[in-house]
Amino acid sequence: MQVRNDKGIIKWILIGISALFLITMLVLPLLYVIITALRDGFAAYQNAVTDSYALKSIGLTVKVTVITVIVNSVFGLFAAWLITRFQFRGKKIISTIMDLPLSISPVIAGLVFLLTFGRQSIIYPFLEAHDIQIIFAQPGIILATVFVTLPFISRELIPVLTVIGNEEEEAAALMGANGFQIFTQITFPHIRWAFLYGVVLCSARAMGEFGAVSVLSGHLRGLTNTMPLHIELLYQGFDFTGAFAMSSILIVMAVIILILRNLLEYRGKKELET
Amino acid sequence: MPDHTQTYVELKHISKTFKNFKAADDISFSVEKGKLIGLLGPSGSGKTTILRILAGLETADSGEIYIDGKPVSQIPAGKRGIGFVFQNYALFRHKTVFDNIAFGLKINHWKKGDIQYRVDELMELVGLTGLEERYPKQLSGGQRQRVAFARALAVQPQLLLLDEPFAAIDAKVRKELREWLRELINQVGITSIFVTHDQDEAVEVADKIIITNHGRIEQTGSPVEVYNNPRTPFVVQFLGNPISIDHTRFKGFRDTTADASAVIRPEYITVRKKNEPCPHPATTEEGIVERVAFRGNVMELTVRVHGQHLTAYRQLGQELIHEGENVNVFLQRIYLIGADGESVTIAVDESLRRENG
Repeated sequence: MQVRNDKGIIKWILIGISALFLITMLVLPLLYVIITALRDGFAAYQNAVTDSYALKSIGLTVKVTVITVIVNSVFGLFAAWLITRFQFRGKKIISTIMDLPLSISPVIAGLVFLLTFGRQSIIYPFLEAHDIQIIFAQPGIILATVFVTLPFISRELIPVLTVIGNEEEEAAALMGANGFQIFTQITFPHIRWAFLYGVVLCSARAMGEFGAVSVLSGHLRGLTNTMPLHIELLYQGFDFTGAFAMSSILIVMAVIILILRNLLEYRGKKELET
Repeated sequence: MPDHTQTYVELKHISKTFKNFKAADDISFSVEKGKLIGLLGPSGSGKTTILRILAGLETADSGEIYIDGKPVSQIPAGKRGIGFVFQNYALFRHKTVFDNIAFGLKINHWKKGDIQYRVDELMELVGLTGLEERYPKQLSGGQRQRVAFARALAVQPQLLLLDEPFAAIDAKVRKELREWLRELINQVGITSIFVTHDQDEAVEVADKIIITNHGRIEQTGSPVEVYNNPRTPFVVQFLGNPISIDHTRFKGFRDTTADASAVIRPEYITVRKKNEPCPHPATTEEGIVERVAFRGNVMELTVRVHGQHLTAYRQLGQELIHEGENVNVFLQRIYLIGADGESVTIAVDESLRRENG
């Protein structure tokens, strides 16, 4: 008996709809970005991306992404470890709160930090007295990005840690291994692909974050403008070549991440099967 | 009282509660040096918890454990000198067999040459020489267990704990491994405690059995002792293949107390053909064979006597009994559980009693 009919008309209709959707939603816009970026010639493109403000925004984006990934790697590892290896009251609440950034609008996240560290805040006098600037400065951008990407790594790790269980860790502990030895030699080899996958997702999101960063940045050219913010600024100044040239860089970065993502996902799946 | 100089492990009043579940309730027992102890009980009886508390993987709510005369509650798991074999072996999936066994040695800063020598020695001991570079997933269940065993023994622990060591293995290999393990433990001479829910396993392998139920110890003793003289209703119902009967209907037990409930095991029931000699006619009953099942080494008969179904065994060499046949049935002894549900007494058939004076 044949349950699946692979040669059927339904299959071709579905393929057609998917292809049409992908072309309108992805391929055409991406092509348009590249074409617009290059419409004034390659020299103009080169000028646009080597402009000092452009370079500074690329630098800032890289900096913010690196710091965010480091912070969230540490936090993600600890959080996943805590949630899968310990029993305590309020565990459900913690894991729910950790996922909050996924459901909350980034603009609101930005506003929350604005209220927490801005002029209206009760800790503002303290910050000012110690000359600590968070709002409309790079720390604010980093804070906002960290917040938005908070759950990305821990969410990848928790299911893997749950599946592998803790018997191997107990066995190692019984043989006298300390916590650091257990983590580096027993636990981490299990989660390394999931961890890298989380890092990739986190970087992708960190590079592209607009909403929360926009609220906190203050849009200071060359100082607090990340790539997405710089693109918006160029676009609003009718510098289409510049805006789309910068966009094309972000797109290239996204494609690299997409490839990495698929590679890691594949490795991780193989790992879980064994 | 056990001879104190020989006692190696001693648990005193160990209790542990998980939420509302009492996993260990005032557990006390001691283990002599070099002995193999079987903790036997149904699942959920708290036997694994006792093992994990001993190893230091769980903390007891109260009570104290002494190993070699020293209290160990404050000593972390890794420093207690205990080898542990997990139910699913918990081999390090990312390490080769060699690195699995060498792990504890490396942690304890053994020299490279010594590690190589020790691992070679252990691989030979468990009969896996040549498989050093394999990964756990490339081994059979039995081989994995051998690796787990070698790994547990690597740092020369003084006490070996095994959690359901045969549960994850095919029935066929299990019996073979049981004998292998028994021999190996004798050879190494290490004090060992293993947990099992399988009474055959416990009876066959252990020097001493501790039967647990609902977090309490029901009975302790040698396998023969515990099997033949169960002292609590739980042990009576748990060991062997017990069947509850109404003993007042059987001639051999007319004088026993009527308000007790009775249990009998197949090995105490003799079934004879009508033409075979009948040594105790006064207390022999008549029955009808309802089912005959071949059990490999014996025939298992289901016989109806006074409307009750009894299970009995019959040797293969004897003349065959057929379904529907009328037979003589003789009950040698039954276990009576007192009406209080606590005491157990053995009642022997009246004719046998008279015979033995």
